[in-house]
Amino acid sequence: MSDNAVDTGRRQFLTGTASVLGGIGACFAAVPFIASFQPSEKAKAIGAPVEVDISKLESGQRIIAKWRGKPVWIVRRTPEMIEALKKPLAGQLRDPESKESEQPKYAQNEMRSKNPELLILVGICTHLGCSPTFLPSPDAAGVGENWRGGFFCPCHGSKFDLAGRVFTGVPAPTNLPVPPYKFLNDTRILIGEDDGGAA
Amino acid sequence: MNAIVKQLTGLRDWVDDRFPLMTLWNDHMGAYYAPKNFNFWYYFGVLSLVVFVIQILTGIWLVMSYKPDATLAFASVEYIMRDVSWGWLIRYMHSTGASAFFIVIYLHMFRALLYGSFKKPRELIWILGMFLYLALMAEAFMGYLLPWGQMSYWGAQVIISLFGAVPVIGGWLSEMIRGDYVVSDITLNRFFSLHVVALPFAIAGLVVLHIIALHEVGSNNPDGVEIKKHKDENGHPLDGIPFHPYYSVKDSVGVVVFLILFSMVLFFIPEFGGYFLEDNNFFPADPMKTPLHIAPVWYFTPYYSILRANTVNFFFVPAKLWGVIFMGLGVMIFFLLPWLDRSPVKSIRYRGGLFKGALAIFVVAFVILGYLGALPPTPGRNIMAQICTVIYFLFFLLMPIYTKLDKTKPVPDRVTH
Amino acid sequence: MRRLITPILALVVAHGAWANEGPALQDANVDLRDTASLQRGAKFFVNYCVSCHSASFMRYNRVAKDLGIPEKAVATDMMFTTDKIGETMQVAMKPADAENWFGVVPPDLSVIARARGADWIYTFLQSFYLDPSRPTGVNNVVFPSAAMPHVLWELQGVQRAVFKKEKNAEGKEVDVLERLETAVPGRLTDAEYKQTVHDIVNFMVYMGEPAKLVRYKVGAWVIAYLLVLLVAVYAMKKDYWKDVH
Repeated sequence: MSDNAVDTGRRQFLTGTASVLGGIGACFAAVPFIASFQPSEKAKAIGAPVEVDISKLESGQRIIAKWRGKPVWIVRRTPEMIEALKKPLAGQLRDPESKESEQPKYAQNEMRSKNPELLILVGICTHLGCSPTFLPSPDAAGVGENWRGGFFCPCHGSKFDLAGRVFTGVPAPTNLPVPPYKFLNDTRILIGEDDGGAA
Repeated sequence: MNAIVKQLTGLRDWVDDRFPLMTLWNDHMGAYYAPKNFNFWYYFGVLSLVVFVIQILTGIWLVMSYKPDATLAFASVEYIMRDVSWGWLIRYMHSTGASAFFIVIYLHMFRALLYGSFKKPRELIWILGMFLYLALMAEAFMGYLLPWGQMSYWGAQVIISLFGAVPVIGGWLSEMIRGDYVVSDITLNRFFSLHVVALPFAIAGLVVLHIIALHEVGSNNPDGVEIKKHKDENGHPLDGIPFHPYYSVKDSVGVVVFLILFSMVLFFIPEFGGYFLEDNNFFPADPMKTPLHIAPVWYFTPYYSILRANTVNFFFVPAKLWGVIFMGLGVMIFFLLPWLDRSPVKSIRYRGGLFKGALAIFVVAFVILGYLGALPPTPGRNIMAQICTVIYFLFFLLMPIYTKLDKTKPVPDRVTH
Repeated sequence: MRRLITPILALVVAHGAWANEGPALQDANVDLRDTASLQRGAKFFVNYCVSCHSASFMRYNRVAKDLGIPEKAVATDMMFTTDKIGETMQVAMKPADAENWFGVVPPDLSVIARARGADWIYTFLQSFYLDPSRPTGVNNVVFPSAAMPHVLWELQGVQRAVFKKEKNAEGKEVDVLERLETAVPGRLTDAEYKQTVHDIVNFMVYMGEPAKLVRYKVGAWVIAYLLVLLVAVYAMKKDYWKDVH
C-alpha cells in the first residue's frame, strides 16, 4: 500500500492546511451557538429601565422596585442617618471609598448616591446573592453592637450600613452595587439608565 | 514540540491500559479495511451521520428556548427566529436538517438496492437500518407537531386518526396516542418528550449497532464482491484500504460538498418552495378550522399517496383500513428484501435486464407517488396513485420470480476500477 | 344571487386575466433592500393596521435598528399603544370587543406574509369593492366575505364591481366578476396607491422574517468559506489517494 514515492512533507502540508481551515470553520460555526446564550431581545425588553415614583416615599422609609428581575431599594435617609454615615467607626468598613465596588461614577462617594438623601441600591448581597433585610433602627435586635442602622443578610450574616457599605468581619467582599439611575423630575427616578445611556 | 507529543502519547497509553482505545480506533478506523472502489453512492452513510450530529446539536439549542405548551409553542418558535441571537440560523439548520436527513437516507437506501448491500451476509445491517428508518419517521412526525402551526396540527390529527382504523381497539388506540379526545396540549407535551429524549436515544443506539454490524462483516462495494476472499501476507484484503486515512479524507470532500448544498438551502431558500417549511404552518394551530389543502411533508408523501389510493371496500374491510394496512405494509415490506431477492449476484452491474427494469420502474412509481401525495386528490390522480401503488408492491412481491429468472453476468473475482 | 355565487367562483382581478384556482395575484415586487420603502411601509402599517391587528412578535426597537430609523422617531411617530421601545406591536383593542365588532378577532400579522404570501396581501389590499350585502359595506375579490373593512378607502377611493353573464359547467347562467372600476376616487392616484400598498407589503415581508436582512449576507460568506475549504480538502484527498492503485 505504502508508496515509496510519497512526499511526506507535501502531505503534511496539505493535511495541515485542511485541518487549520476546518478548525477555523468550526470556531466560526461555534459563534452563533455561543452568542445565542446572551440575553435575548425579550430579556432585554423585560430588563429595560424602570420608572419609579418616589413622591410618597417618606423620610426613613424604603420602597422596592424591580429592575432586571432584581430588587432595587430606594431609601429616603433621615438627616440623622446622613450624619451618622459621615462618621463611620475607624476600621469598621471594608471598602469605605467604594474603590472595589460596583457603582456609577456619580455614586462613588461616602453617601454612595447623587442626592445624599436618596439611596438607591441593587438589593442583592455581594456574597452569594441573597437579599438582605432592611434594619434602619439603631436598636435592631440580633445584629450585634455598634449597629447604627443598615442592611443585614440573613443567609450568611453580612452587614452593610445605610450607604450599602460592607462592614469588616463579614463574608461579603464588596459594597452593595448601585445601579445607573437618573432623576426625571423631583418625584420620578429612572432606574437602569443614566445620562451615559442605558446600562 | 517533541515533549508535548511524548506527553500526549503517554496519556493515550495510560488510557489505553484502562480502556480499549486503540482497539476501537483500529477496528473502526485505522485498520478497518474498506473496499477501494467506493463510488458516489457511498457518501450517504457518513452524510447521514453528519446530519444526525447537526440535528442533535441544533436540537439541544432549540430546546433551550422552545416551549412545549399549546398556548406558547408557536410564539416560542418565532421568539427563536427573532429574539434569540442567531436563533434563526439554529432553527433553519434544524428544519433544513430534517429534510436533508431524509434525502441522504433515501439515497443511502437506494445505494443498497443498487449494489445488493442488503444481501447475505448483511441482512442484519439492513434490518437495523430499517429500524433506523422507522425511528427517523417517528422522530420527524413528532418533531413536526412542535411548531404548532396549522400543518403541524392537522397533519398530526390525520396521521393519528389512521390508528382509529384499526378494528375494535382503533378509537381507544388513537386516544391513547393523543392522551386526549383531539390533538391538544397534552399530545404536544408527550410528542416533545419522545422527540427530544426517547427517539434520539433510540436512533443513536441503532446507529452504533448498524455500524458495529457493518464493521463485523465488512462493507459491500459497487461490484458486490467480498474483498475478504483475497488477502495479502498480513491478512489485509488485497482490494481493501484502511478507512483512515483514505476514506476519512475522501468523505471529508463529500461532507464539504454536502455542506455547500445544505448552506445554499439553509441561507437562500429555507422554505424550499413550501416543501421544507409549509406556508400554512405560519398560521397558528386552530382546532376549529382545517386548512383547505393538507399534505404531509414531502418525505412522507409516497406513503400518504398509498394511503389515499385505497378507495374501495373489499373482503368486508373498509377502504380506510385497507389504506392504513397498505401504507404500513409499504414501509414494512422493505424488511423482507434480503429474502425476496433470489439473485446470485449482488451488484446491479452484473444483474440482468429484468432487475434493472424492475428497479427503474419502482423508482419512477415511488417518485410519482411522492409527487401525487403533495397534491390535492382528483379522480385522475387517484387512478395514477392506484397504478403506482400496485407497481410498488409488485416490485417486492414478484422479486423472487424475476430475480431468479434474470440473466446475470459473471461476477469478477476482484473489484474493478 | 350574486351574493351566493361571487365568493365561490374563480374571479378576475384588475388585469382581467383568468386563473384556474382562485383569482390571479399581482406581483408585489418585494425588495427588502429598498430601505426607504420599508420605512414608509412601517409607518403606514402602524397607522392603518395596528389599530386592529397586533404584530406581537415584532419589537419597535428592532424596527428602529433594522430599518435605520432613530429610536426617538419610532417612539414619537409609531408607538401608539406603548411607551417602551423594546415592546412588541400590541393592539389597544380588546379581543372580546373585536369579536363583537367584526365577528372574528383580527389575526396577528407578524408572520402573515409568510403564511399568505406577499402577492396575496398586495392583491388583497387593492381588491375591495362595494357590496351592500356585507356588514362592512365592502367585499374582497381575493378573500370573499372578509370581515375586514376597507381601511385604506380614503387613500384608494371606493371601487365598484362589474359583472358579466356567463355559462357555467352545467350550462346555467351565472354572474361572474369582470373587473373593478373606481366609483369614488380617493386621495391618491392609482399609481400612488399601488406604491403605498407595495410599501406596506414590503414591510410585512420584512416583519415576517427580520433575519432575512442578514441571512443572504451570512450565507454568501459561509459558502465562500466552504468553497475554499473544499479546495484544501480536495487537494489533501488527491494526495492521499495517490497511494491507491
